[in-house]
Amino acid sequence: MRRRLAGISLLGVLTLTAAACGSGGGSQPADGPVTITMWTRAATQAQSERLVKAYNSSHKNQVKLTVIPTDNYQPRIAAAAGAKQLPDVFAADVIFVPNYTSQGLFMDVTDRIAALPYKDALAPSHMKLGTLDGRQYTLPHTLDLSVWFWNKDLYTKAGLDPEKGPTTLKEFAEHATTIQDKLGKYGEVHGTFFGGNCGGCYVFTFWPSVWAAGGQVMNPEGTTSLNDQPAMTEVFKIYRELYENKVTGPTTKEEQGPTWTGFFPKGEIGVMPMPSTMLGLMPEDMKIGVTAIAGPDGGESTFVGGDSIGVSATSEHADAAWEFLSWTVSDEAQVEIMAKNKDVVARTDLAGNTYSAEDPHVELINSLVARGQTPYALRFGQTFNDPQGPWLRLAREAVFGDASKIPQLNAEITKSLQQ
Amino acid sequence: MTVTSMRSGTRSGRRPAHGAPPARWRSRKAQGWLYAAPTAVIVGVLFLAPLVLVVWMSLNRWPLLGPARFNAPGNYLRIADNALFVDAVSFTLKYTAITTVLLSAVALGLALLVQERGPGIGFFRTAFFLPGAVGFAAAGLLFYGMLNNDFGPIDPMLQALGITSEPVKWIGTPDMALFSTIALVLWRFAGFNMLILLTGLQAIPVEVYEAARSDGAGRRQIFTKITLPLLRPTLALMLILSVTGSLLAFDQFFVFTNGGPDNSTVSMVMVIYRAAFFRFDLGGAAAMSVVLLVALVGLNTLMMRRLR
Repeated sequence: MRRRLAGISLLGVLTLTAAACGSGGGSQPADGPVTITMWTRAATQAQSERLVKAYNSSHKNQVKLTVIPTDNYQPRIAAAAGAKQLPDVFAADVIFVPNYTSQGLFMDVTDRIAALPYKDALAPSHMKLGTLDGRQYTLPHTLDLSVWFWNKDLYTKAGLDPEKGPTTLKEFAEHATTIQDKLGKYGEVHGTFFGGNCGGCYVFTFWPSVWAAGGQVMNPEGTTSLNDQPAMTEVFKIYRELYENKVTGPTTKEEQGPTWTGFFPKGEIGVMPMPSTMLGLMPEDMKIGVTAIAGPDGGESTFVGGDSIGVSATSEHADAAWEFLSWTVSDEAQVEIMAKNKDVVARTDLAGNTYSAEDPHVELINSLVARGQTPYALRFGQTFNDPQGPWLRLAREAVFGDASKIPQLNAEITKSLQQ
Repeated sequence: MTVTSMRSGTRSGRRPAHGAPPARWRSRKAQGWLYAAPTAVIVGVLFLAPLVLVVWMSLNRWPLLGPARFNAPGNYLRIADNALFVDAVSFTLKYTAITTVLLSAVALGLALLVQERGPGIGFFRTAFFLPGAVGFAAAGLLFYGMLNNDFGPIDPMLQALGITSEPVKWIGTPDMALFSTIALVLWRFAGFNMLILLTGLQAIPVEVYEAARSDGAGRRQIFTKITLPLLRPTLALMLILSVTGSLLAFDQFFVFTNGGPDNSTVSMVMVIYRAAFFRFDLGGAAAMSVVLLVALVGLNTLMMRRLR
């Protein structure tokens, strides 16, 4: 009996060992169809799913898509890279791409991009951030621009011209204040709203006002912060006054990001900056206006956000992965899948397509791609997006707290950028 | 007696004094190794190997991809310059002290309430323990929703009852964020700790209480002179679990407060997580983990000696 038990134990150990040492069965036949793996974050799930579905239905090779919660995406990429278990292709928030390329996570696809007939028309901001030391690593995947949305019904009720959105940040503040004064009595409507406890929301919505005024937020190398300069502090001052005058929604200061775009579609906000991807998520009966973000006294700009996509450095199916990636920026995919669903196209030569002509909002947003900016910094995420990073502290002090701390906190941002 | 037994055991031939051990003994020894092998493999693969790897990582500059570079003791020296980690140490200690005291008091109170068998006691025991079955992340989201100023039901209820006149900033100020999180932890863990204490309470012989009562001891005397001293080993277990769990706090702050407002609720493990997964500083994160591990082992050893 004991020998039998010992034998069973030994068998168990051997089985465990064999399972641990197994290959995992991931190999593909050399000449057959290939299934590649792809990761994307939940924020751009809809666009990725549409592209993958269309590709799988028209190609022999297949793509297996995994969607990962946005907040958990960066840690998952880091953990997978550390374990050398990255998928064949993965999309990433464009501002994180310089860090990923510097860490060697993406495969060099310079020669493959050079062979594309429309290589010069690929979204310039995305391409710039996917380039390191003259080598190119990523393609644009989705584009998400920051723009001002205004609620035409609330404008009419407040006595404002519903067809005329704000053209300066000061005018934006005036409109928001008027709506708050006229319609905000019962706490159901608010002049404006922003993510006051969300670093990514601040850079996405406040920085375009700096660019529109001709200012900059960092040096071109992304190693020195300029967020203590007048161009930035003037913008902070206007938003601070809106908060102090209770023109912003009641939870503005605490908003961490997940729900910051949830109030406008409910008709509770007069005018606010939001991602362009919200255009397709508005209630059909809601009358809205969309315009570029302006500086305190005029100008216009936008934060060109969204995702870039590349072949992972550890992929064993580089050809199949590239076949899929190059297809996603083809005329067919960009017009019949992206533009048809009111998404911003990743190529400037397709900005005026058959679908965008039907909606002036889409046409405006497409036209902003070439005029907007995407800031470059190797340490962007840990400095500006991380809730524990120095940027969020600076922004919160500037808008809600002690604005005299801006120079000291700006120095901490520079320190973080140079780590 | 023991010596005699051992000698007699030797004489009876379990192990001969001279020469090679008999085949039967060798077989028993091999069986012993085989029985222990599965556990040894699991401990080795899941605990010892990662531990050795973490220590080795802490001595290197460790990129996500590519070769590591030995830089000891650089990662350890940088810890003192990490203001976020230094602040997190004091915050985590403060959180641990408050949580442990409150959790012990509430759990002991609940255990004493449901100690005696009676009608409805089973219901209350289950009700108190039930929050322990909710995952910590889910509990964090639940509290986030309940206490949300926009759509949470708590604020309207408090205002309807006349307790508050305007929405409370539950996670809007550093103090409120800390105490809201402690409320979440109490709700989540009080029932579980109650269960631990209940086993200790029920292990105290009834005769001891009866003897104390017949000697004229009052309720207070029974509690301080009998219940607490005899509950000491169970209390020690609960304290160790509570202190260790609190020093390793992560989920509750990560999900519920996200470290805010203004980095006022950042725990040590959150800083380690940030270093590893947002800054990709795997060597630095490993060094902080090793420091935390050594501190935990030291603290637990001290507590076990004091509470034994």
